Amino acid sequence: MIRRVFCLLLLAAALLAPAAAQTVEAKLASLEAAAKAAQSSGDNAWMLTSSALVLMMTGPGLALFYGGLVRKKNVLGTMMHSFVLMAVITVLWCLAGYSLTFAEGNSFMGDLRYALLNGVGSAPNADYAGTIPQQTFMIYQLMFAIITPALISGAFAERMKFSGMLLFMVLWAFLVYFPMAHMVWGKGGLLNAYLGGKFPCFDFAGGTVVHITSGVSALVCALYLGKRQGYKVEPMKPHSLVISFVGACLLWVGWFGFNAGSALGATGLASSAFVATHFGAAAATLGWLLAEWIQTGKPSFLGAISGAVAGLVAITPASGFVRPLPALLIGFAAGILCYFMVTGVKVRFGYDDSLDAFGVHGAGGTLGAILTGVFATNAVNDVLKDAAGKPAALGWVDGNAGQILNQAIGVAIAWALAMAGTFLILKICDATVGLRADREQEIQGLDLSMHGEEGYILES
Amino acid sequence: MKKIEAVIQPFKLDEVKEALKGIGIDGMTITEVRGHGRQKGHKEVYRGQEYNVDLLPKVKIEMVVPAGRADEAVKTLCGAARTGKIGDGKVFVYDVAEAIRIRNDDRGESAL
Repeated sequence: MIRRVFCLLLLAAALLAPAAAQTVEAKLASLEAAAKAAQSSGDNAWMLTSSALVLMMTGPGLALFYGGLVRKKNVLGTMMHSFVLMAVITVLWCLAGYSLTFAEGNSFMGDLRYALLNGVGSAPNADYAGTIPQQTFMIYQLMFAIITPALISGAFAERMKFSGMLLFMVLWAFLVYFPMAHMVWGKGGLLNAYLGGKFPCFDFAGGTVVHITSGVSALVCALYLGKRQGYKVEPMKPHSLVISFVGACLLWVGWFGFNAGSALGATGLASSAFVATHFGAAAATLGWLLAEWIQTGKPSFLGAISGAVAGLVAITPASGFVRPLPALLIGFAAGILCYFMVTGVKVRFGYDDSLDAFGVHGAGGTLGAILTGVFATNAVNDVLKDAAGKPAALGWVDGNAGQILNQAIGVAIAWALAMAGTFLILKICDATVGLRADREQEIQGLDLSMHGEEGYILES
Repeated sequence: MKKIEAVIQPFKLDEVKEALKGIGIDGMTITEVRGHGRQKGHKEVYRGQEYNVDLLPKVKIEMVVPAGRADEAVKTLCGAARTGKIGDGKVFVYDVAEAIRIRNDDRGESAL
């Protein structure tokens, strides 16, 4: 009897065992799926927030920063440069921009597989960000494509025709931004350190792609367009540093989305980039102020906010690769360098870079890109693996001094593309719609002559 | 009748107004103006670009008083507007040929 019961129990156990195993497997799988979904929704929440933060950098951030620096007759025209790009680049991005930048193509340009955002939906694109919908990645990257050309507008402020500006920006997106962003961030791009680039260049959030391209193009614009009417003869004081201050602070806050968002997830790397960004801005504020205080005897308010922007620029390529202390060093160096660029170098060579787009973004971006090669460390960013599967040595501090050369190649390509592309585009615009407002329009102010409005109507 | 035209430091306007009111003179016209006499301006620097600002903000007061009260008015005005530092401003006194009140065609001192 006992034997019979025992046999029955064995039989039951044998029958039940696979079923029990199956339940555990199913439970594990559903747990895994739940964990994935949780990570995905966390990452997506941060990336959507970051996207909004980066858009806020252009409007109102940059628009206010630049708007306050011009004379009051040009305040609307200047803010319009930033704002209209929020519309123009968005349309280009949908039509072909996203595809040309992020689709796999050749080393210089993506193909058209994502044209009209075909196939860009809620499924992630594992090449770039495996935990968020590709649509989130797409809209996040769009915000970078918007602010980059908007930065250039600082160089030709107060004198460019609106139609000429529009044509310039459309061509510039296609000829300079999309190719450069593809080279650095796109799959198979020439400089992509993660996805098969020939010269691996570290650019976490856009030192080369955003700041060198815009800053160097700005210099070409300033040289090509010539000086504003009355430059160095009439006073051209910023009409409201209060407005510029609000803009600079919005830029600082928005930059957390720009840099920490470039981690493409709500990860530890995002925190590290957030910290580096903040530290860079702080140190650069002090660097600029110190240089100015020593040289002119007065630490200026405009100097403080300009220094903060310079630091944010310089830390951009390094933000996801460096520890907090090097972030302070990079920022401090940028504050000093950019101060001398906009005071000494600009005066020495006599170009009218109205709002110092080159002095801050071109110079700060270049410095940051090079110093990324010095301070990048796998203690911060271990995504890149070596042949043995261990975190690869990144910058000089990891013993990979050769990375500085790779960074220099990235910088050189960005400079060359920006100079050649911008010059060609200016020629095309000049020969077709024209570039400069005529003398009377410029003296009247672009607000009235281009847009038929005034920014401040105090008597109404 | 005398017209008193004074250019003073903007922050002294209230004191001057009160002092004139105190001696019974309260009709005046005020304009915000810019100007300079011997007072040198100041230097402003924006990203290394220097500007010498020599036209400084001032307030111009214009008022017309009976001839017999002009000295007293000027004395009161100067006393209230003075800081003793360079840049305090100037007062000019003119003869006035006629004054007319638009509302009822009063003429001369009764129009003041």
